[in-house]
Amino acid sequence: MTMPGCMGGWRWGVAHTLMAIFLVVMALSFLSVIRLELVVNGLLIGLIMAVGAIGLSLVYGILKFANIAQGDFMTLGAYMCLFLLGTLFPRMNIQGTGLGPFTFGYPMLLALPLVMVVLATLAIGLDIGVYRRLRGRGVSTVVLAMTSLGVAIALRGAVQVLWGGETEQYPRLSRQFYQAPMDVRIPPDGIFIGLVTVTLVVALYLFLSRTRMGKAMRATSDNEELARVSGINTERVIWWTWAIGAALAATAGILLAVFQAQLLPIMGWRVLIPLFAAVILGGIGNPFGALVGALIIGVTSEVSTEWLSPSYKPAVAFLLMIATLLVRPTGIFGVKS
Amino acid sequence: MDISGIISYTTGVVIMAGIYAVFSLGLNIHWGYTGLFNIGIAGFFALGAYTSAILTTSAPDPDLFEDFKFGGDLPALLSFLDPGIDLWFFVALLAAGVVCGVVALGIGFITLRLRDDYLAIATLGIAESVRLVFLNEKWLANGSKGLYRIPKFMGDVVSAENYEFLYLVAVLLVLAVVYLAVQQVIKSPWGRVLKAIREDETTAAASGKNVFSFKLQSFVLGAFIMGIGGALYAHSVRFVAPISFDPLLATFIIWAMLMVGGSGNNKGAVLGAFVVWGIWTGTQFLPGFLSDPNFRLFMIGFLIVAVILLRPGGILGEERRVSRAAQEREGAAPSEL
Repeated sequence: MTMPGCMGGWRWGVAHTLMAIFLVVMALSFLSVIRLELVVNGLLIGLIMAVGAIGLSLVYGILKFANIAQGDFMTLGAYMCLFLLGTLFPRMNIQGTGLGPFTFGYPMLLALPLVMVVLATLAIGLDIGVYRRLRGRGVSTVVLAMTSLGVAIALRGAVQVLWGGETEQYPRLSRQFYQAPMDVRIPPDGIFIGLVTVTLVVALYLFLSRTRMGKAMRATSDNEELARVSGINTERVIWWTWAIGAALAATAGILLAVFQAQLLPIMGWRVLIPLFAAVILGGIGNPFGALVGALIIGVTSEVSTEWLSPSYKPAVAFLLMIATLLVRPTGIFGVKS
Repeated sequence: MDISGIISYTTGVVIMAGIYAVFSLGLNIHWGYTGLFNIGIAGFFALGAYTSAILTTSAPDPDLFEDFKFGGDLPALLSFLDPGIDLWFFVALLAAGVVCGVVALGIGFITLRLRDDYLAIATLGIAESVRLVFLNEKWLANGSKGLYRIPKFMGDVVSAENYEFLYLVAVLLVLAVVYLAVQQVIKSPWGRVLKAIREDETTAAASGKNVFSFKLQSFVLGAFIMGIGGALYAHSVRFVAPISFDPLLATFIIWAMLMVGGSGNNKGAVLGAFVVWGIWTGTQFLPGFLSDPNFRLFMIGFLIVAVILLRPGGILGEERRVSRAAQEREGAAPSEL
């Protein structure tokens, strides 16, 4: 159910699954059963979802509850970035679009880490103000999830109070799609999305496997009680978990807004289903399982548009999740608790 | 606004509050008594409303609608019975409840054996899928334009301007029946098992209760009641479209109602519906940002978190005794539950 203590086991599981999926998808595309372009698009969306889902899975594994507010953290992150790029930075004379091949300018490279830090701080603040009190009272995990629903609603309300309910956009320069072989068109910011997610995933992997805090997080995820009696400061671990989860949510929200070239207050709520589907598919508490889950969900829902109306994409993610629950409720890489 | 305008407006508010009270009672069975976390009320809301609307509207004129084909035309179908009261209305209410119950049976069967929060995620998925089906399957529900000309219950008995009063009576009657039924069910041994499960699943199982089966029954019963609520809504507003069932007014506000009124208390559930709906409609006349719908969205979330933190029992709090037998013995020995 949680991240296995030994890193070797799941690392190979994840790598093999990724390879297998990759080969199947390539074979199908060469047989012209599915358009490769849909696969590429699905992978990009999957990578964005993965960033949010990894954060969700970490929080799920360590705090043991479904953080319904993860989607609205994404929304808030995307809008904070809008505030920086559209309002604050231009006043400080930091502006520009069309950096290199991308639609956005260099201010994005400043805004992204800044928003990650702000949202991480906010998440820790929420833990101190809300979740820690409830933990101290010893409430059940469902009540914590219920509370996160309230937090989610309040966050979205705050976004709508501050920015209104209209569609917004980052300052951007329209760019051509890349023309890749086999009729594949890659969106101009696709490479940026890939770079950011790969960097974050590698950084998280190194953090979890090499640092003291990362190991403490995995230990807490496995068995909180045991971690505490072994001298791990579990409250500190929880703060780090919130911080990482929220920073990843912020990134996912910003990347989603860049990819879709628009921001909407409901954007985060709408991706909750694929996010949770990815987490469950990969096994709750297993961040790298969530990565694979998100890629599977992203590609499947994108490829499904070949036969289904594109608006059914969330329903496809939902069906995949239900199928997982029926066949293997612990997820692909899950371990029976 | 003159006096008759105010009366008419108030009647509308009370009708809506009464309908919400039905939902709040359904949610109380889920959350208040069994601890089931349903965040997809909007799905059952829409399913109930659409079921009733689809069954009772007459088939659309093929000259006017290209894709939209379906209409159950229940009033004409049942006209041969004609007992002097619109019988079709009650058939439609029950049908709406049954459809919701069947969907709940399916989703509960898959998720209720697993972790507590899987149900929450699954209900979220159901809500989105239901919305997508009614949005995309134009032949069934006329897509985004929705269904209108939904027939009035006893529409030919009173004049159009006095119709609201008649419907108010109908809603309050249905609410009274639902309230008494739920109260009866909860005070029965069956209801006590639900509370036992909510408090401690393991103990309930050790006492020989089939926890899964009881949870499933509770989930289906709550969904059945929500279906009735949806049907009441459809015949009140007489127009349903996918946009009518946004998470705010079809899920979040109902949670706020139950939490504020007092979860685990049926009187509280009804009271909460009237209080929160009163505040919701009342605040739109306030000056400045207080009447801003975005601010009110924020307040709904804030309210849920505040109630959980500061007054988990809501206004009324949970009734301490559910058993009539225990109440009768009260003089002899004061007993806890």
